[in-house]
Amino acid sequence: MTRRRVVITGVGAVTPLGGARDLVQRWVAGESGIRDGEGACLEFEPTDTMTPKEARRADRFTQLGIAASDAALQDAGWADGLPYDPDRIGCVIGTGIGGLATIEEQHDTLRDRGPNRVSPLTVPLMMGNALPGQVSMRHGLLGPTFGVVSACAAGANSIGTAMRLIQYGDADAVVTGGGEAALTPLSRAAFGSLDALSESGISRPFDRRRDGFVMGEGAGVLVLEDRERAEARGAEILGELLGYGATADAHHLTAPEPQGRGATKAIQQALLDAELLPEDVDYVNAHGTSTPLNDRAETFAIKAALGEHAANVPVSSTKSAIGHLLGAAGAVEAIVTVLALRESVAPPTLGLEEPEEDLDLDYVPGAARELVSRGSNGHAGRLVALSNAFGFGGHNAVLCLGVRT
Amino acid sequence: MSTATRDAVSRKIVETLASFGPAIDDLRPEATLEELDIDSLDIAELAQVVEDEYGVEISGDDAAGVTTVGDTIDLVLAKLP
Repeated sequence: MTRRRVVITGVGAVTPLGGARDLVQRWVAGESGIRDGEGACLEFEPTDTMTPKEARRADRFTQLGIAASDAALQDAGWADGLPYDPDRIGCVIGTGIGGLATIEEQHDTLRDRGPNRVSPLTVPLMMGNALPGQVSMRHGLLGPTFGVVSACAAGANSIGTAMRLIQYGDADAVVTGGGEAALTPLSRAAFGSLDALSESGISRPFDRRRDGFVMGEGAGVLVLEDRERAEARGAEILGELLGYGATADAHHLTAPEPQGRGATKAIQQALLDAELLPEDVDYVNAHGTSTPLNDRAETFAIKAALGEHAANVPVSSTKSAIGHLLGAAGAVEAIVTVLALRESVAPPTLGLEEPEEDLDLDYVPGAARELVSRGSNGHAGRLVALSNAFGFGGHNAVLCLGVRT
Repeated sequence: MSTATRDAVSRKIVETLASFGPAIDDLRPEATLEELDIDSLDIAELAQVVEDEYGVEISGDDAAGVTTVGDTIDLVLAKLP
């Protein structure tokens, strides 16, 4: 069976540096969205896109996702109506945690005022699938709709799953991505207890002084479509989802396998799925959390998977500019990757000044750089990138993306 | 029941329903919950407020026959001791 090809026709995001295109522009210019050690979406106003009623029916992670999905559908030219039978349009949007603020708030209510005062909205707001459920209701999407839960790989696993739904004919289009809003007291304390958060409050992936991740919040949503149908309706094609690889470390609940073996296999699978070779890769958008363990294991994985070619490829981390968006990270970073390829630019890894021994890839320190298509393997005129996402639990998800230049 | 009580209960219910989204001016007694986009989750929230305020419980069965703002107010008034 020939698998259908899957293209990206719309993107939308809410991030500490604004919407999808603002984020890329500002990051490329060297701007950071991190303030006081966190990447909060300070400019986000739920009622800019939602009625007061819609806003109070959604935890913040869902609010961010609804706003991002509205932007993505608009970008795809779906604002005036769905282009396909709604039964054939799915919605797969992941989260790392779900409605944590709701859980914390309602737990306070339970403790202070008793069980009869706990809001009836608690479950519909806190559940991890609230975001895809709400987006499906909002836009009347009747195809396969569910959430994906794989911690900080959730956004990328969602996109990969959505891609398969289209490839194998379960849907003609899927609205997909991730959302997260975990800047809460419990979450800060819990990640802090794990020694996962940066004490300095500085996100500087791959730098010798890196001391943990800086937590951020946000959402990223993409509209994926069967390429033939997208072309037939005259949609602008932003990029193509060429491959997807997903593996597990089966090593430790929170630490990556030190040699990045699981991540290596995920990269190899994504390339195999895309029918590409390591030398076809023009850019890697790294998971790059700024934790001591991730950045080392990920570097080893990129080297193992790309071999000698690894030294030639620009590798940068979006988390250097906006922090770690947890379950939204993989989605926002896939969006950023596509938009950066479209601008033929490798955005920089901000804050990287002091390299560490063995961490010797080209991390694009300091300033953005022009990306040049290698055009190897008969792919002239196309830029190809990998977007890595790894999660607590040992989840590895890698997307391979291509853009015609 | 005094008129003062009746007015106070009506006002509390209208204010509560307005906090769920509808404009306060649209919350006329004859307005239907459907046209105000007030659903079962809103009624569950309202029941909680009413219980908190007046100590009366409203069950899902009680609310089943309620279709307008006026019905909602009457239901609560009927439950008051």
